Amino acid sequence: MATIIVVTSGKGGVGKTTTSASVATGLAKKGYKTVVIDFDVGLRNLDLIMGCERRVVYDFVNVIQGEASLKQALIKDKRLANLEILPASQTRDKDALTLDGVGAILDELRQSHDFVICDSPAGIEAGAVMAMYYADEAIVVTNPEVSSVRDSDRMLGILQAKSKRALEGLEPIKEHLLITRYDPNRVQDGEMLSIDDITDLLGIKLAGVVPESTTVLQASNSGIPVIHDESSPSGMAYQDLVARILGEELSFRFLDPEKKGFLKRLFGT
Amino acid sequence: METVQADQSSASRLPERSGPAVTLKGSVFTLPILKLSSTDLDLIENELNLRLSTALDFFKNAPVVIDLEQTQDAEQALRFSQLEALLRKLNLVPVGVQNGSAEQNSAAINSGFAILTGQTVDRVVESRRHQIEETPEESNDSEEIRQGAASVFVTETSKFIKQPIRSGQRVYAKGGDLVILGAVNHGAEVMADGNIHIYAPLRGRALAGLDGNSESRIFCHSMEAELVAVAGNYRVFEDKVPADLYKKSVQIYLEGEQLKIITLD
Repeated sequence: MATIIVVTSGKGGVGKTTTSASVATGLAKKGYKTVVIDFDVGLRNLDLIMGCERRVVYDFVNVIQGEASLKQALIKDKRLANLEILPASQTRDKDALTLDGVGAILDELRQSHDFVICDSPAGIEAGAVMAMYYADEAIVVTNPEVSSVRDSDRMLGILQAKSKRALEGLEPIKEHLLITRYDPNRVQDGEMLSIDDITDLLGIKLAGVVPESTTVLQASNSGIPVIHDESSPSGMAYQDLVARILGEELSFRFLDPEKKGFLKRLFGT
Repeated sequence: METVQADQSSASRLPERSGPAVTLKGSVFTLPILKLSSTDLDLIENELNLRLSTALDFFKNAPVVIDLEQTQDAEQALRFSQLEALLRKLNLVPVGVQNGSAEQNSAAINSGFAILTGQTVDRVVESRRHQIEETPEESNDSEEIRQGAASVFVTETSKFIKQPIRSGQRVYAKGGDLVILGAVNHGAEVMADGNIHIYAPLRGRALAGLDGNSESRIFCHSMEAELVAVAGNYRVFEDKVPADLYKKSVQIYLEGEQLKIITLD
């Protein structure tokens, strides 16, 4: 039986799809049979970041509407044998998803996989609710700025009120906090919220901090999830996140500002 | 006068045609309670005559609830149909009985009385105290933080919440106090007809005395609020809470029309 993990945030542009791609890849690398689903119907991006956009024939909506089988729609990752992608439809909108339809697909995937990663669209409307409804665990992605933290707070409230687990009174969704685009130098200068500020406000367990870095953007543009870049701080931060989701206790890296040399301090950067 | 809580029943809808002819709704009424300490109808009549003569028309056609607690073990059984006739004669409308023994209840039903199970105000306070004692020590067990378990106990008048209240969520304790162990975050709104106690930071909005009770107060562990109000008198903290109150434990109350915020230490 698979664990269903939703990657969500409320706010757009904070790194949900990047995180979904890297977490799914990281779990597959550790040997778990994993599938990652794009719930952003109409604005599909996951296939781009996974580098499989040209191989999309059938999508999530086709499967829900019975036009294709799940087997036909699942795309095998080109690097990892035990990773599959279920892309969203670009030509439909989020009303094409139904709770029953999504539930049936997730049930089928639960039987055959170890992890199902649901990449949520931004917002708190139907699409985002579909993505989180059946989740067992949630990765809440936040940037170190006020509006993003506020939206994550709202999303946590929705997870605790509207998910299947909440409505049926089951054990609640396990929540992991992921802070992305973290820049220790700007935190030191007071331009960004610190990790303590964020965890204090949201009150859930910190599972990862991904530093701001150009490698993330480069990786996205080239269709290779950044976790494959094992030497970059971002790649390592995502590896740590995956390990923590699997229950390991690791200390956090990349939280301290880089030491500026004498000349740099004198002349700025 | 004591409060009697009517049972809550949800509105039922008939099949869509020309709209429902009947709607069922729950509501709360305050009813006078007639406590009997004797089953002797003559004695009751005499005393009621004496008391009602001073109350003028206040009790004219007033619905009353008969409390049987002190007559449960009475030697002489209460004759409910005669009691009803007696009360009607005095222009009272008996609606039901409470705290009766099993035999008294069945006799009362036979004479057309309703059996009320509502709690009176002092009983609510009693049970509330009882339930707070029963609540286990604050644990970080994530199972506690769930909407289903949100209202760990709810009596008719008070609400107790363990988890944080997050942006966009609203909580209202109708007719009583609101006690919250988790933070009230930015963009969240907590309201009570009575007092509000928050044993964590208050970052959102808190409105006490919503039904106009100017004696209500707000207590919070760390004052970071966006808005506070007591009985409709409110204060907005547009920029930030003043430095001498910020992140302090405070109480907020009304002095005349003036909203006072003072630190607790």
